[in-house]
Amino acid sequence: MHHNKLQKIFIALIASSVIWPLLAQTAEDVVVSAAQNSDLHARVLAASCAACHGTNGNAVTGSNENRNAILAGRDANDFTTIMLGFKDGSREATVMHHHAKGLTEDEIRQLAVYFSKQKPTGAVLLKPQTLKAYHE
Amino acid sequence: MNKNLTLTRRNFIKAGAATGLLLANPVFSMGRKPPLGRVVIVGGGYAGTTAAKYIRMWSLGAIEVVVVEKSSQFVSCPMSNLVLGGTKTIDDLTFGYDFVQKNHGIQWAQDEVTAINTQAKKVIMKCGELNYDRLIVAPGIDFDYAALPNLMTKDAQQQIPHAWKAGWQTVNLRKQLEQMPDGGVFVMTIPKAPYRCPPGPYERACQVASYFKAHKPNSKVIVLDANAEVISKKGLFQKAWKALYPNIVEYRPNSAIVSVDVATKTVITELDQVKAEVLNVIPPQQAGKVAQLANLLEPDYPWCEVDFLTYESKVAPNVHVIGDSVSSGLPKSAHMATSQARVCASAIVELMKGQSPDPAPVFANTCYSFIDDKLAMHVANVYRYDAPKKIMVPAEGGGVSANASAQEGVYAQAWAQNIWADVLT
Ligand code: HEC
Repeated sequence: MHHNKLQKIFIALIASSVIWPLLAQTAEDVVVSAAQNSDLHARVLAASCAACHGTNGNAVTGSNENRNAILAGRDANDFTTIMLGFKDGSREATVMHHHAKGLTEDEIRQLAVYFSKQKPTGAVLLKPQTLKAYHE
Repeated sequence: MNKNLTLTRRNFIKAGAATGLLLANPVFSMGRKPPLGRVVIVGGGYAGTTAAKYIRMWSLGAIEVVVVEKSSQFVSCPMSNLVLGGTKTIDDLTFGYDFVQKNHGIQWAQDEVTAINTQAKKVIMKCGELNYDRLIVAPGIDFDYAALPNLMTKDAQQQIPHAWKAGWQTVNLRKQLEQMPDGGVFVMTIPKAPYRCPPGPYERACQVASYFKAHKPNSKVIVLDANAEVISKKGLFQKAWKALYPNIVEYRPNSAIVSVDVATKTVITELDQVKAEVLNVIPPQQAGKVAQLANLLEPDYPWCEVDFLTYESKVAPNVHVIGDSVSSGLPKSAHMATSQARVCASAIVELMKGQSPDPAPVFANTCYSFIDDKLAMHVANVYRYDAPKKIMVPAEGGGVSANASAQEGVYAQAWAQNIWADVLT
């Protein structure tokens, strides 16, 4: 299937440009780049959006109908306006109002900054496989 | 090779071949200790695999992560009721671990844990041992057959599948439904909460009914629920049963199962006896086997108490528990497992850097349920840490769909694709 090729390209990208430079970092680098408390809060909160919007906002863009919005690289102001619309009910939603209403305005602004800084890298649509006979 | 990692040769090769990273990874190939230490994760489900990935990401590769998982494949429990309905096959829900292993430099031992020594900080497996600086236990659920001893054998579970861990059990139940003649009775039993996936049993009733309606319209679905009422999306499920399956689904609350006659597929409750053509007993549940091995369960509640800022066990220092095994009021769902995994991952990275974790984590949970082949509905909530109570509590503003819809059916499929990609790539 054509997804296969796409997968390979993404993997090659990920392997060459993201993982290896990171692995080359030392402990000092890691400690120096110590996250602020607010960054820690935002990274975990943002990551809980991944179930629907992908890792760091890179949603899977499978078949057109099956796609959820890509949040990576979104303009922070647009993002904030949309989320506040979900929060106050002025923007139509099937599910986002139930998420946005639970967040504070400050958290929405933190998320806006977080996602605006993420690179739109694309995401892999996973290919399923045949269940093996010896699996439980 | 790192002296902390003693795997037998056979197992080492297996893990090496699976990941290609034991040798390729620059940090480990030079025999250096990764700068911040090693985390061992037992369990490669939604919780364990997510924790592995995010620890590697957020530590920028400075923490070594080894996952111990006995299965070679990941089979998704979410969406597996659709296999019973007939709109998915088990192969649609089965994935490999190779992407996530390679993309994040996660080491992997396909092995079974036999003991955990929390004093010596050591995990003992069938084919080797692993030392850890921190351990994450993510074993999912285990079935508690104490009250149903004649369902304990593999043979009994072949005849009366639980199909509550996705895999051949799911396929088995689907086959039995296919072989059942029209006019037959499918009986399913639901244990007292808490159990894995609160809306799952009610979704299952819908899926089997949807299959019957199309192919075996004279058949019945009898739901025997040990709980006093439908415990998730109550109004929406009741509406679906009434509107879509009025002559098929019969729901009986307060129907705790007392015993099962395997040979005749008869369920005995306190007030009743119900005979089935196809019987699905979802057994009572407890924290997974590895949590039991490590003595992490509460004395008289079969789940593991944790600190919700770090998911560190209340009884064993440097041991964290995430996912279905955690003792909490939180739903035991896949999204919840990944949300807990990320709080735990973030906290472990900070702790291993000598810094403090977020003192007030917030995360989301969503569960979609399909009521037929296309229509789905959700329950969604944000949860916030409550400092005085020291637990996660639902924030205001969460809730359920107004109605099941085809649009949410599409979004539910998108949820699955995205959570699979997040966990497994
Ligand atoms: C259960 C799945 C789910 C989760 C979890 C989720 N979203 Fe969404 N999101 C959706 C859906 C579906 C839509 C389309 C609107 C709707 O129907 O609710 C959407 C739309 C959006 C949009 C608008 C996109 C656009 O261009 O119109 C933004 C922004 C967004 N989500 C942000 C978030 C953030 C931030 C989080 C985490 C706090 C999050 N979402 C968590 C499913 C989800």
